[in-house]
Amino acid sequence: MSGRPGIEATAPTRPEGGAAAVRVTRSRRSTLWAGIAAIVVVIVLCYLPYLVYTGTTNQLIQFFMLLTMATMWNLLAGYAGLVSVGQQAFIGLGAYVVLILADHGANAYLAIPAATIGCAAIGLPIWWLVSRLRRGYFAITMWVVASVCELIIIQISALGGGTGAALQGLNLSPTLLNAYTYWASLAVAVIVIATVYFLLRSPVGLVLTAIRDDEAGARSVGARVARTQRLVFLVAAAGCGAAGALYIISSQFVVPTAAFSVQWSAEMIFITIIGGIGTIEGPILGTIVFYVLQQSIAQYGTWYFIVLGLMAMVIAIFAPHGLWGLISDRLGIRLFPVGYYLWPAGTGPRHRPVPVRRG
Amino acid sequence: MSWVDAVIQGILIGGLYALFACGLSLMFGVMNVVNLAHGDLAVVAAYVALGVIAVTHVPAVWAFLIVVPIFAALGYVLQRTLLQAALNRGVRTTLLVTFGLSVVIENGLLQFLSANSHSINIGSLVSDSFSIGSQITIAYLNLAILVAAVIVLLGLQYFLSSTQNGRLIRAVADDPEAAQISGVSYRHVFGIAAAIAFGTVALAGIAFGMFSQFDPSIGSDQLLLFAFEAVVIGGLGSLWGTLGGGILLGIAQEIGANFRPADQVLAGQLLFLLILAVRPHGLAGRREAT
Repeated sequence: MSGRPGIEATAPTRPEGGAAAVRVTRSRRSTLWAGIAAIVVVIVLCYLPYLVYTGTTNQLIQFFMLLTMATMWNLLAGYAGLVSVGQQAFIGLGAYVVLILADHGANAYLAIPAATIGCAAIGLPIWWLVSRLRRGYFAITMWVVASVCELIIIQISALGGGTGAALQGLNLSPTLLNAYTYWASLAVAVIVIATVYFLLRSPVGLVLTAIRDDEAGARSVGARVARTQRLVFLVAAAGCGAAGALYIISSQFVVPTAAFSVQWSAEMIFITIIGGIGTIEGPILGTIVFYVLQQSIAQYGTWYFIVLGLMAMVIAIFAPHGLWGLISDRLGIRLFPVGYYLWPAGTGPRHRPVPVRRG
Repeated sequence: MSWVDAVIQGILIGGLYALFACGLSLMFGVMNVVNLAHGDLAVVAAYVALGVIAVTHVPAVWAFLIVVPIFAALGYVLQRTLLQAALNRGVRTTLLVTFGLSVVIENGLLQFLSANSHSINIGSLVSDSFSIGSQITIAYLNLAILVAAVIVLLGLQYFLSSTQNGRLIRAVADDPEAAQISGVSYRHVFGIAAAIAFGTVALAGIAFGMFSQFDPSIGSDQLLLFAFEAVVIGGLGSLWGTLGGGILLGIAQEIGANFRPADQVLAGQLLFLLILAVRPHGLAGRREAT
């Protein structure tokens, strides 16, 4: 995640009537510090189970799960233009893949990658179906898909039917169980964010930012929109599958109505809108805000969702780039160098560059 | 004979689904807004009708005359304010805002009116029926709902094809900017379309409340999905397709329930996925509509 300030993507162009070249870079000096800070934060988080009580790591497990889901939903809706309200389909399926493998004697932690790959594989036929309808109708189609998955799982008595089933086979001490789950969820969150980052830095990222800014325009200049959307859909399916695997491991129990609940979608959507849709930093900031809110008003149950829903509606209309958008517009900073900076003639690292596109 | 009965009951309930679906379809067709709060609004209408009947003691049928105009006015206001503000930001924002609205409504109902299920009391009408042969009984209520649905769809068809406002709606649906240049305030026309959509959703919600038990979560769990499935099965942008879609959905559900009561909803959804796989533009829809 560390940037390489000023040494790449230099594209000299001559401004009208001017003699000096305009420089274009991917990053600026603050990017380097952000990268170093990110690495330090991850290292500290890795050590955390040795430093704090299990109550804290338990909360952080939930935090990383939400972060994973929000990051995936942001990739899907923020970049690829695929607003889905049915990602809980993959959370539930990921959880049930782990349950099935554990019932057959597999280690639940080793089943996380299997759930990830499994959900991407199931995502392929689902994409074939849901990609037939665009925009809003895509959103509800995914909701129907999630509902179908739930209704089918309820029919299978071997998986506990409607009453749910306990996860077998993890005979560890509670402390160890907590620590392993914590590391697994941290690893999933870091891998998911890194995947989105490298995806956006790759040629696919260029297509994605084009779709984000104008889908019809991207199509008209020959960008491979459909193929890129399919890739993103499968990545998001895989990521939500991993989150579902973490969900069953952390709760040791799964019920279809909870695993396939639309509340997952509500949480990932509200986090992303509040934090800032269409940026990598948005869901991270959103999860932090969400977490603070959860600590203060979660005991009020329904009020919690009313407040979140109202906040998301207000932010979606009045600050469509979310809290992170407000911060980065004011300060001109980006933590992840996925955009470009324009350095007008005669400016150096000490000046303020012009951000070319929202990163 | 039980299969014939299932088909007949499916046709009767299908009218209700078409009533739910036509508002969703109209708002998508005219302003490209998919109202994810559609099902929850129907539930709100049922609760409001319950409240109106409890306070004023009017007969249940009068609730339609009071609640439907209130909802039409609400639709116009909501479209001119919240939905238009969202629409100005783009189609994606309308999805986010209506989803937020759906969550707020559902949790608001849970908070203030509890999760208990209710039903609008219409006395003996709920169980009165007549029989054809020995096996098939048709409830007057179900038949009345189907007839009402057909009348509403006929009225909507006439309104859109033959009245001044209907023509404006179709013009704006085709091209809002061109209509604006010709002197039509497309925002006002959007408001009229939303008023009709909200009126029909209130109608459907109250009818549903008489026909069945409802609770705060049924709007997004079932009603929105049923309405959407009826739209897609019938074909996007076709009112009669929507009626056909609602009826097919109803038949699929009743046949599913004939196998096992638990299979009722699943059977309808599998029909929807089947139609999506083999004929994504619906049974009566045009290809470009998707």
